[in-house]
Amino acid sequence: MKHLLGIETLSREEIERILETTQAMLEISQREVKRVPTLRGRTIINLFLEPSTRTRVSFEIAAKRLSADAINVSASGSSLSKAETLTDMAKNLVAMNADLLVVRDRTAGVPQMLAERVRAPVVNAGDGTHEHPTQALLDAFTIRQALGSLDGRRIAIVGDIAHSRVARSDIYAFTKLGAEVRVAGPPTMIPKGIEMMGVKPCHSMPEALDGADVVVMLRIQRERLAGALFPSVREYAATFGLGFQSLRYAKPNAIVLHPGPVNRGVEIAAEVADAEPSRILDQVTNGVAVRMAVLYLLTGNHS
Amino acid sequence: MSHIRIKGARLLDPSTGLDEVQDLDIEDGKIVKKGRDLSGSADEWVEADGKWLVPGLIDIHTHLREPGFEYKEDIASGARSAVQGGYTTVCCMANTDPVNDSPAITEFIYRRAKETALARVHVIAAATQGLRGEIMSEIAGLAGAGAVAFSDDGEVIMDAGVMRRVLEYASGVGRPVIAHCEDLNLRGPGVVHEGAHATCCGLAGSPAEAETIMVARDLELARLTGAHLHIAHVSAGRSVELIRDAKAAGVRVTAEVTPHHLYLTDEAIRGYNTHTKMAPPLRTAQDRELLWEGLIDGTLDCVATDHAPHADYEKDVEFDSAPFGIVGLETALPVVLSAVHAERISALQAIMRMSTTPAKILGLPGGTLDLGAPADLALIDPNTVWKVQARGLASRSKNSPFLDHEFQGRTVETYVGGQRVYKLEEA
Repeated sequence: MKHLLGIETLSREEIERILETTQAMLEISQREVKRVPTLRGRTIINLFLEPSTRTRVSFEIAAKRLSADAINVSASGSSLSKAETLTDMAKNLVAMNADLLVVRDRTAGVPQMLAERVRAPVVNAGDGTHEHPTQALLDAFTIRQALGSLDGRRIAIVGDIAHSRVARSDIYAFTKLGAEVRVAGPPTMIPKGIEMMGVKPCHSMPEALDGADVVVMLRIQRERLAGALFPSVREYAATFGLGFQSLRYAKPNAIVLHPGPVNRGVEIAAEVADAEPSRILDQVTNGVAVRMAVLYLLTGNHS
Repeated sequence: MSHIRIKGARLLDPSTGLDEVQDLDIEDGKIVKKGRDLSGSADEWVEADGKWLVPGLIDIHTHLREPGFEYKEDIASGARSAVQGGYTTVCCMANTDPVNDSPAITEFIYRRAKETALARVHVIAAATQGLRGEIMSEIAGLAGAGAVAFSDDGEVIMDAGVMRRVLEYASGVGRPVIAHCEDLNLRGPGVVHEGAHATCCGLAGSPAEAETIMVARDLELARLTGAHLHIAHVSAGRSVELIRDAKAAGVRVTAEVTPHHLYLTDEAIRGYNTHTKMAPPLRTAQDRELLWEGLIDGTLDCVATDHAPHADYEKDVEFDSAPFGIVGLETALPVVLSAVHAERISALQAIMRMSTTPAKILGLPGGTLDLGAPADLALIDPNTVWKVQARGLASRSKNSPFLDHEFQGRTVETYVGGQRVYKLEEA
């Protein structure tokens, strides 16, 4: 593995290797002194061209726990505002002997474009509506933690599948690890050809959640989508929001995941987000460990 | 002027159905003699055993970018690209800067072509002022200056009322209107064909219906007005069916298809190569099959390139930000030849779709090897295997999806008005 651009191109073995490394990294994060010298002297650049708080901070903490130097670059303070091309900017950053580039961009394909043009490993931290591989890895890790394995598990992903990079990466990761995946939302949010990814599209919560071991709720971008893909937030919450009522369609011990940030009362009721089935904060904790594993595997001197 | 004899080529003339090994004599810029083993003297002999001699190819959908975008292409470089691809005539679209919506710009292009171009250039003028789709341009004046057709091309005329008036008015001066059929609202932010590949790539899709809805609308307007509608770059299989039905019902419609829509599918977008981004987008293998059927049965009358040069730095960006369009003049014939080699289409029909019919659609000279016709000719080696390389392209821009692709067959010599304007340098 030279870059981490998406889950689509990873094998099950590669995914499992990352998840095993994550377990070791999680232990580091639980120590009193949460820092190891593994990547001392390495420079990691977090190129976040789309606003992000949690993913950027998670990558930054991950780098620091491995003793790497993490530099954050955002769109507004960057030379992109001076009309430099993204490729030129990335080449310049790498010319400062950066050892790895973490890239978040609003456009699908940007991490791959940069990976083909710069000589440094590239990690996709979310590209448009394409993929968000570290999110899928931390989701898979969190499910394993709770349920042991994904093999044969039934997982429902609910929300705007069409515009979700998390959904795509989750679908690839979960199906590669042996789970049966359903996606649900109003038809305006289910993209054409989604069956080709090996999932079953559903248009109601009872159908989607029936017998589910895991429910992944996606964030609704209400400012962007209300009025275009669904008539109102109220109607969306009533039909595809997750409350204890609708959670009953799933298995009794089903767990609930959400990539955050949560819109309480929209896609998920506050009482569910804060209750026993929710693994939302575990996801955040595991996210740092997954990113440590990815940085380690891509920059460490090991085969 | 010199007397050239091209010896022993397979002459392919779709205008008469001629397909025979013969010699052909050029004198004073014209085809003067054809026959087996022509005798008598000549100033120059071209040995053409194993090659095809065909009427020069004619492209009725080219972007030459001059005036205004000379960093992408100009009339001279576009014409060099044309003759290197076997084209002797190209028709340039109006989306220059300034837009070609006035006789002065049309005259400028003709003058620049006369001064600098190796190929014949004809002008397609804007249908509406500034390509804004609101007020029609001075169609009669433009026709007087030599415009052979009217089109807003990619700036689709979304208002059906305006489109109706443009069709009516252009029919009064005996010129067709060329329609780029895409409903821009349904296309929305779409940059590729809406389907499984777009979904996997996370790229916004535009459904085939964005095209077919406009094809249906414009066919109805052609029926209403009785005007000649020419539909540009058909990409969806369903559009072929609509056009076939309209033709059967007597609507005056002709249509073109591009080499890239005949050759590639939306699978090519995997990897985010911006040289696979064009409008309309590459569609499915099933669409491609129906396009071939349409080309073979004549529903699609001709092949046109939609040659759309863009600078490297414009294309070497995020997929969403890259401009639509690819160059095509130098790869069109090789793409179509691949179907001839696969015995999908006969050599004679291939040349008909690339030369004779396009000439007929716009009423241009050429497309024939008749005695007395201008000696606009392409000499083709149908078998040579070669690889498309950026440095080998004569176009100023290199935005081709076929870079590093191997083809069998290419143009080796091109003649315009009896002058050899291109000869392949042996590598």
